[in-house]
Amino acid sequence: MILNGSEILIKVLLEQGVDTVFGYPGGAVLNIYDALYKASDKITHYMTAHEQGACHAADGYARATGKTGVVIATSGPGATNLVTGIATAYMDSVPLVAITGNVPTPLIGCDSFQEVYIAGITMPITKHNFVVRKVDDLADIVREAFRIASSGRPGPVLIDIPKDITADKTMYEPAPAVQRQIPAPKLRQIDEIASVINQAERPFIYFGGGVRISEAGDELRELITRADIPAAYSLMAAGVLGYGEKYNLGLIGMHGAYAANAAANRADVMLAIGTRFSDRVALNTQKFGHNAKIIHMDIDPSEINKIIVSDYSLVGDIKEVLTALLPKIKKRDHGEWFAQIEKWKEHNLVPETRDDVLRPHQVIERTCEMAGEDAVYVTDVGQHQMWAAQYLHHCRPRSFLTSGGLGTMGYGYGAAIGAKIACPDVPVIHFTSDGSLHMNLNEICTAVSYKLPVITVIMNNAVLGMVRQWQGAFYDRRFSSSEPERLTNYVKVAEAFGGRGYHCETPSEFEAAMAEALKADGPVWIECMIDREEKVLPMIPAGCTVHDTIFK
Amino acid sequence: MKKQCMVLLVQNNAGVLARVSSLFMQRGFNIDSLTVSSTDNPHVSRITVMTTGDKRSFSQIMKQTAKLEEAKMIFSVEPAFSLLRELLLVKFSTQGQDTQTLRDVVASFGAHVIDESQGCFVAELTECPERIDEFLEAVKPYHMIEMCRSGATALERGHVTYDLN
Repeated sequence: MILNGSEILIKVLLEQGVDTVFGYPGGAVLNIYDALYKASDKITHYMTAHEQGACHAADGYARATGKTGVVIATSGPGATNLVTGIATAYMDSVPLVAITGNVPTPLIGCDSFQEVYIAGITMPITKHNFVVRKVDDLADIVREAFRIASSGRPGPVLIDIPKDITADKTMYEPAPAVQRQIPAPKLRQIDEIASVINQAERPFIYFGGGVRISEAGDELRELITRADIPAAYSLMAAGVLGYGEKYNLGLIGMHGAYAANAAANRADVMLAIGTRFSDRVALNTQKFGHNAKIIHMDIDPSEINKIIVSDYSLVGDIKEVLTALLPKIKKRDHGEWFAQIEKWKEHNLVPETRDDVLRPHQVIERTCEMAGEDAVYVTDVGQHQMWAAQYLHHCRPRSFLTSGGLGTMGYGYGAAIGAKIACPDVPVIHFTSDGSLHMNLNEICTAVSYKLPVITVIMNNAVLGMVRQWQGAFYDRRFSSSEPERLTNYVKVAEAFGGRGYHCETPSEFEAAMAEALKADGPVWIECMIDREEKVLPMIPAGCTVHDTIFK
Repeated sequence: MKKQCMVLLVQNNAGVLARVSSLFMQRGFNIDSLTVSSTDNPHVSRITVMTTGDKRSFSQIMKQTAKLEEAKMIFSVEPAFSLLRELLLVKFSTQGQDTQTLRDVVASFGAHVIDESQGCFVAELTECPERIDEFLEAVKPYHMIEMCRSGATALERGHVTYDLN
């Protein structure tokens, strides 16, 4: 059948099973939006306030479902507004296809109106990108983009389509949806590794997003229960093990649980599974896990020996790697090791609870109790993000969406909107702060337009808390540009956009507001007044070890 | 710090060189020299990169480069066991210097004089990078007007084939 480029694009999106896209129209994508209009019974397009919000929404949708997110933007500023969102997805291995329009082919390179070389700009923050040069190539390029985004270690792919290509016509031939491809695992050292694990006295598992992406939670649980190994997770793997499970030591790293960091430090064998030793975990690369033989498993071969030189490695999809490893693993009992860990757990911080003021852990824990296990929690970046990571009772994967690698303030609102569209039947809670919310608060209009009851919990301490915490600890309390004296009235702002807002200063006020919010049929903001001296603790400063943990 | 050579067989697409050089820049790896050329396969280009670094960082950049979608094959070439060649062109003045001893040095390195005009001559030398360095050292006492060198291109010795499928 003869179709134009825009219609072919829609056809291939449908081939891939896409029924939801995010974006913002503009001159260079008028043809694409015309085709979307005609296909609106099959694909729902969500228009945000800003392309960055659309990109984060596609990211949140992808993280919540495991499907590839799709975002569309026009040329020039539309395309550059995607950049932070694409980089966010790249750092956290989120499958995303970003489609940008560009000026017509004859105008490319002429500094035309709204022209930008987005393929060049996004080269270092995509797995791959394409510039479509003729309409005959379009269908296969879009299919290839979906294959690349979801295969191996997932990530974003950008397709730049000049406007003339979206109007040019060619023959469209249907094809089946592309499948996620994973490379055959490289298991050369598997017998040696099994024997090292079987002989370990103080084994420890540090696992990350690779376990979630490959849906290997059951295999991981089988490994830790059979070989009796305690485990801690990176930010990308919250919820893979349930809160309160015996083997779950909690979050590892800079603001991780003391017991998790102490166990990592003392272990004689460390299994790093689907994770990359980021500098927020391996704070000191010379000393992290220095007592341990390190076994590194990851699908990305370039992660092996990138940060930490491992003693053994297995390269492949974590589910396949663990499935191959499990038959070789013997039942063990590490009672003494667990007894030691129990002693370390006594040092895990339990903050004091108050009923006259709101403390961060109370806001998080109360939200968690009220919204329940099915809820999806999304954060922005800063102190509130770490409090959410520490105090939420994570119990299911894909229910804690946060910008871990890039640390994008302003990620949360768009991502929460994407998550709510992906999971309309569960509460979606967006934890944010006065700092982060100001970056992209405009997205409340999107939640209003589409009647999305996203609940935004604003931890308002009137300062840039994490910046200020570092200035307090390392810059002799010189609070440079971290106390902005904003006068924003959050309740009025939410109402002005067509949402609802609550202002809370005590736990009982918060509880009442949350109860109302959970019944709402549109977006709600709950402003929680937090003392500016509240800190994220414990903390291991950059470059230090568990011995340097700051507890107060 | 060791000189290392890596060869990339890449899809002959627009922008592939930009991707490779962007990746080196992004990851903080040095490019000492880089050459790119077409091959007997019209869909494949061959890129030869000379870089200086320790073994671990060389292995890391190899693995990062291998992740590029358009990189079909990547391998290191051990300079001691392979054929590495660079092209050097160097222009000397024939005025005010003893050109005969200079010409003797040129000849002793196997370089050829490929042009003589307007008070200067141009020598050409195709050799491995170290030998070219030695030649440049040997002609340092003479008045050189300008020079250019191509960067290395490399083949392994013996019957080595790469199946790109």
